[in-house]
Amino acid sequence: MGMLNNRMNLFVIIVGLLLFLLPFIYESRTLLILLTQIFIFAIFAMSYDLLLGYTGIVSFGHAMFFGIGAYSTGIILHRMESTIFTVLLSLLVGILLSLVISILVGFLTLRLKSHFFAMLTLAFASLFLVVAEKWRTLTYGNDGFTFPLPEFLRDRTYFYLVSLTFMIAIYFLLKRFTESPFGKVLVAIRENERRVESLGFHPLYYKVIASVVAGTTASISGSLYVLSLRFVNTSVFTMEMTLDALLMTIIGGVGTLIGPIIGSGLIEFAHHLLTDLASISPIFERWIIFFGILYILTVIFFPLGIVGTIRNRISGKGKKEKYAKKTVAG
Amino acid sequence: MEPILETKNLTVQFGSHIAVNNVNFMVYEKQFKSIIGPNGAGKTTLFNLLGGQLKATSGKIYFRKEDITSLSSVKRTRKGIGRSFQMTNVFPNLTVFENVRLAVQSRMNIRYPFFKHFSHYTEVNEKTYEILELVLLKEKQSVLAKQLSHGEQRKLEIAMLLALDTEVLLLDEPTAGMSMEEVPAILSVIQNVKKEGNRTIVLIEHKMDLIMNLSDAVTVLFNGQFLADGTPEEIMENETVQNAYLGGLYNGSPS
Repeated sequence: MGMLNNRMNLFVIIVGLLLFLLPFIYESRTLLILLTQIFIFAIFAMSYDLLLGYTGIVSFGHAMFFGIGAYSTGIILHRMESTIFTVLLSLLVGILLSLVISILVGFLTLRLKSHFFAMLTLAFASLFLVVAEKWRTLTYGNDGFTFPLPEFLRDRTYFYLVSLTFMIAIYFLLKRFTESPFGKVLVAIRENERRVESLGFHPLYYKVIASVVAGTTASISGSLYVLSLRFVNTSVFTMEMTLDALLMTIIGGVGTLIGPIIGSGLIEFAHHLLTDLASISPIFERWIIFFGILYILTVIFFPLGIVGTIRNRISGKGKKEKYAKKTVAG
Repeated sequence: MEPILETKNLTVQFGSHIAVNNVNFMVYEKQFKSIIGPNGAGKTTLFNLLGGQLKATSGKIYFRKEDITSLSSVKRTRKGIGRSFQMTNVFPNLTVFENVRLAVQSRMNIRYPFFKHFSHYTEVNEKTYEILELVLLKEKQSVLAKQLSHGEQRKLEIAMLLALDTEVLLLDEPTAGMSMEEVPAILSVIQNVKKEGNRTIVLIEHKMDLIMNLSDAVTVLFNGQFLADGTPEEIMENETVQNAYLGGLYNGSPS
């Protein structure tokens, strides 16, 4: 485990450094914007995987926290002057709101069994969507609103670097989190919740804390997302957001942190390429069809996703590695 | 001597079916007690009541004279009542080591730290090795639990229970569904635990002959009712028990 882990960390650090250097070597606005988008969705997908892959909770309402972050940032920058300080304030407000709401919603919903829980989260997310649509004085309803950015973040290169830093920091923080004794209990809950109980752990508390961490992380990605668009509307609360995270996580590999990042890269790139192809044939405008097919194929043939499948191959070969405590969630 | 675990008129009812009927049962500290009885006698149901997996319809359960009838299974485990399950109940996609490590972690009260790497808790890892050695699973530690044979899974189950280090061990048919070659290994594990002499053990068993020389006392259940209690010799001699086992026609009235 130690060896594999170190190699993995090294790999992440090298790729990270290369990505840091990229804007200075290769100047392409489109690519920078695309990569920024990938980083932001990678954060969102990682937070989702904490629930889906590690704890085994299927939530259909994760966009709720994404949207809370998005609207916190949007409204604060719209109402107050835009400085670095207000941007940080808006991030913080989003995190705090998500914290409170995830605790409340968590204690209300996480007692329920899987599909009942999923339905209830869907209902909560819809509730937020309706509020965002109807509270027009604050949100301007469906149309949304634009807001100014502080000087510093208007530069695409800087914003790219900020998003990258956020993604890498969150990756390592969540990695620590999932490999702690706490994280190990989360994986055990995914495997057999009743058994966890008879070992003397309280599954509900663990699930609530997991959803708090996932919620606050999602809120950060929501804030970054609207900062990149300089615009916010109700789409941040929609089911499609949650489904995007679900798709990225499943294609990349559930129960890993690198999986959602790869998934986010693939989906965003594919999206970009397919929209470019729209001039060739109108079917490419309906890119969602392709994602649907991809999703079905992944679930049937690679249920572990890209990372999971590769990891299985490797550990299949190197099984003799002694002391290889390779739990599914390494 | 005070009983460590005691039930008073314990009853549980599923619809019109009374699975456990007015059972008064007690275990003394450091005793090795077996519960026997034919299929459907309510042995496992009684365990579910003791372990907190089921709520009693009426009656009381006492642990060290404290009423624990309404406590959850989590609280009971922390108080010192650990149980194993008849149906193998482990974490299938985790390694043997990780399965036991989780139980040790719970025992050592490491519940919510979320930053330090789990392998840096050396005392947890050492204790885990110790227990794996005791139950003869050391070679299998990096195998996923679902890849173990049935007998090995039963051993893992016992290992997890031992890791919790509870005062009372409730063992639900540790040899269930096992091939005859595997049974002696389990029995020697149980004997090892008994030899340490610091635990109270309650064992459910179907095969009477297996446990007669291990047990200090035996309780017999039949159709959810308490039938007899005594030393293994007394039970062997007991006519009602013989009728229950041989005839299977016991109608509940003392003969």
